[in-house]
Amino acid sequence: MIWPGLLVACAACYGLKLAGVFLPQAWLQDPRIQRTVPLMPVALLSALIAILTFSTGHRLVLDVRAVAIAVAGVAVLLRAPFLVVVASGAATAALLRLVL
Amino acid sequence: MRDALGIGIASGAYALSFGAISTTAGLSLLQTVELSMLMFTGASQFAMVGVIGAGGSVWAGAATAALLGTRNALYGVRLSSLLGIRGLRRVLAAHFVIDETTAMAIARESPPDSRFAFWATGLALFTLWNLGTLAGALATHVLPDPKVLGFDAAPPAAFLALVAPRLRAREPMAIALGAGVVALAVVPFVPAGIPLLIVATLVVLLGVFRRESH
Repeated sequence: MIWPGLLVACAACYGLKLAGVFLPQAWLQDPRIQRTVPLMPVALLSALIAILTFSTGHRLVLDVRAVAIAVAGVAVLLRAPFLVVVASGAATAALLRLVL
Repeated sequence: MRDALGIGIASGAYALSFGAISTTAGLSLLQTVELSMLMFTGASQFAMVGVIGAGGSVWAGAATAALLGTRNALYGVRLSSLLGIRGLRRVLAAHFVIDETTAMAIARESPPDSRFAFWATGLALFTLWNLGTLAGALATHVLPDPKVLGFDAAPPAAFLALVAPRLRAREPMAIALGAGVVALAVVPFVPAGIPLLIVATLVVLLGVFRRESH
């Protein structure tokens, strides 16, 4: 059952946007909130990168995905567009699997 | 107007990869399109399908998506005072409160220009984001085994592209590394998706209890 989770997630994301627009400004200007919220995307996206690159299920693994993320990292440093970064990672993994 | 279209087209390309990754993660065409129509906030959508694709539960994905959506609430605070949108229109405007529309609106000199930038970017983005999602999902349906094409390496590359612009200072860099290490340290011991919630909890604790550094 995937639909309830999807719909709840959509409702939560819209609710957060709505809260920002409607709630009294002072509520969200607490310095603790102002400090914490910008850190959230950095931490969660980095954790996702680590998990999706270096683990399979519950095992830590080092495989072609590590090289793929490194190549994608070079693409980022070269300021490549989003699609090029994603495609360079995917193509690296595909090529290495073909060769190895 | 040209800026709005430019951003819309760039995000259409970005949506292509969302459609492809979501389909590869096992979501149906309808579910993929539904996320782009109703969630309409890129990082949350990518995280949702990333967690599901990695074997996590849909609820862990939902929690991660919501945590990533918290920044939109802060954008909403800035935009509602800047744009001066009143009444029921705010219900529609709220849906468009995301990274790109906020950046475009606050870059303008006067409130009318900001309002125009907000709505133009929002409409262009919403249209092209959903068209891109549909195209990416449809294209992936006709492709062979996703792993052969390296599609399992696509989500981390996408997240890297998303997080990179936020890493320009030492503190976010340290947080990024710390988050990655903590996540990997707990992966063997907790259900899929939970490492992200542990990381989120630590971020909240850090944000609340850290001494003022400036």
